[in-house]
Amino acid sequence: MNSFAENLFDEDDKVKASNVVVEGKVDIRHGPILYMEDVSVSFDGFKALNKLSLFIDAGELRCMIGPNGAGKTTMMDVITGKTKPDTGSVFFGQTIDLLEMDEPAIAQAGICRKFQKPSVFDALSVFENLELALKTNKGAWKTLFFRLTGEQRDRIGEVMETVGLTALAHSRAGILSHGQKQWLEIGMLLMQEPKVMLVDEPIAGMTHQEIERTAELLLSLQGERSLVVVEHDMEFVRSIARKVTVLHEGSVLTEGTMDEVQNDPRVIQVYLGG
Amino acid sequence: MKLLTLATQDKTCATVLMVLAAVTFIIPLCNLLTPADSPLHFSAYTVSLVGKYLTFALLGMSLDLVWGYCGILALGHGAFFALGGYAMGMYLMRQIGTRGVYGDPLLPDFMVFLNWKELPWYWFGFDNFGFAMLMVVLAPGALAFVFGWLAFRSRVTGVYLSIITQALTYALLLAFFRNEMGFGGNNGLTDFKDILGFNIQSENVRSVLFFLSGLALIIAFLLCRWITNTKLGRVVTAIRDQESRVRFLGYRVEMFKLWIFVFAAMLAGVAGALYVPQVGIINPSEFTPLNSLEIVVWVAMGGRGTLYGAIIGAVVVNFSKTVLTGLMPDAWLFILGGLFVVITVLLPDGIVGLMRRNIRSKQA
Ligand SMILES: Nc1ncnc2c1ncn2[C@@H]1O[C@H](COP(=O)(O)OP(=O)(O)OP(=O)(O)O)[C@@H](O)[C@H]1O
Ligand SMILES: [Mg+2]
Repeated sequence: MNSFAENLFDEDDKVKASNVVVEGKVDIRHGPILYMEDVSVSFDGFKALNKLSLFIDAGELRCMIGPNGAGKTTMMDVITGKTKPDTGSVFFGQTIDLLEMDEPAIAQAGICRKFQKPSVFDALSVFENLELALKTNKGAWKTLFFRLTGEQRDRIGEVMETVGLTALAHSRAGILSHGQKQWLEIGMLLMQEPKVMLVDEPIAGMTHQEIERTAELLLSLQGERSLVVVEHDMEFVRSIARKVTVLHEGSVLTEGTMDEVQNDPRVIQVYLGG
Repeated sequence: MKLLTLATQDKTCATVLMVLAAVTFIIPLCNLLTPADSPLHFSAYTVSLVGKYLTFALLGMSLDLVWGYCGILALGHGAFFALGGYAMGMYLMRQIGTRGVYGDPLLPDFMVFLNWKELPWYWFGFDNFGFAMLMVVLAPGALAFVFGWLAFRSRVTGVYLSIITQALTYALLLAFFRNEMGFGGNNGLTDFKDILGFNIQSENVRSVLFFLSGLALIIAFLLCRWITNTKLGRVVTAIRDQESRVRFLGYRVEMFKLWIFVFAAMLAGVAGALYVPQVGIINPSEFTPLNSLEIVVWVAMGGRGTLYGAIIGAVVVNFSKTVLTGLMPDAWLFILGGLFVVITVLLPDGIVGLMRRNIRSKQA
């Protein structure tokens, strides 16, 4: 039992008494799948995150914007276990404390990430990159004797189709263009079948058509999965966003629809001032 | 069978296998079938020299797995080779029996000399060949496991890891120098008589040892080829290129590093065990950090991340060493250092890279 979840839903929550913790299951009965509360991270005294609180609902597609250095990437670092915060708590569902887990454990639990700088494995082929990402047992011995089943092979084929890399299946990822690498990494995200996808600046280096397809793809994923998309391109954000969170100097400045946010004087000031 | 088909898919790999098989079979066969004065007869010197190269090739290849494929620049790999060698040496010591200078049926000479009354516990079982062979892989494997577990879990990487691997082999060097350790101190283990009851000096036994070294190299080559072609092999390459990214895919990087490190240590142990009966001695100098650095030079020279590059590098460097130490005994270290500088600056992909470039430019 964690006190955080209890406190949070103290007043209006009668289900609490029957709340049975099921190990490995994400408890989303209260709506949110991701809770960050009062999270602070500082680098040499500089506060990259400052008492950041954020809740992402199950199945929601959330866009995050904010000027350079607002802490968007750092927020993802905290969620995925790359950076341990100085204070605050981060929960996956009601019951899973992410701060007690390391990166592979968090990834296996179902929180996966696309990095701001496309990070694919250049020495491996497109197919092999996707195969590495495939959701399966990731122990060393199991990996040694791993053989793709027909179903898994089809799944990789499907994902390659989705991200438009079928023709390049056996090319080394190193030769891909920036936009193609972005897509390959999105494909790797899909292969992991995560519950939460953290997508950091997905469209940098993409052509106009590629951007449109990316928007379609991300939109088609919501509902089944939760997505957090960080992007600077306002037009793109407008095309996919229901709810937008504006981050500034390490905490949430405001949240709302794209229109609300864009007309918020504080937001205007932050962007004009920055 | 699957290993063979995998290996022959690739032309270079098939060529390497053919050369290895030729060396492994022809030299011992010639020696068994032809009389000593025949021109087809290889001298005992040649057989043990080439046999030694084969064990070095195996050692180099095992380091390539760790360094070339997994990106861990291990500068203490010689320690595992030496441990395997010591395990074999302990068996050979026990085989001497009453034929030692002091004629003690149980204790090796150096223990009698130290006035020891009984065999230390860790020498038990080494009179049994099977047990000794088990130790040849288990002792280096266990050390690699403990060391790797501590180092990889605390995410020690890069230069720091290289330095502590050097420290590891140096610490073992100092420990094995001590007489109280019970491994023959400074002099190590030597004066071997028999192996499995056969005279270790005899030509036939030498030929068999040579053959086994070649066979071990071939099997290890096929095994390593297989491993590097599995998904584990691809994860390991991914770790080499972007370690932290692999974690976010849900792989426990430290476990994969540990797996490769332990496996490579075991291969190195086998190489050491084949080396010792052919050279007739194992002493603490095998633990010198310099030895481990030399292995790195072999791999760099031949070309990292190809397996056969390490084989080529080990043979070329050691052949040059044999020739040059004969001509100018003092110059070898300088030449070795010079070689390393030249390779890193001019030939980052080693001899294999050079050959590939030549082939490509001919095709073009
Ligand atoms: N490892 C680190 N060490 C020191 N400072 C860091 C580190 N990581 C991030 N920072 C600083 O923290 C602040 C927030 O960085 P972060 O990368 O989270 O911003 P961001 O919102 O993703 O910006 P961008 O839009 O440019 O990607 C920046 O000022 C950055 O310089
Ligand atoms: Mg960022």
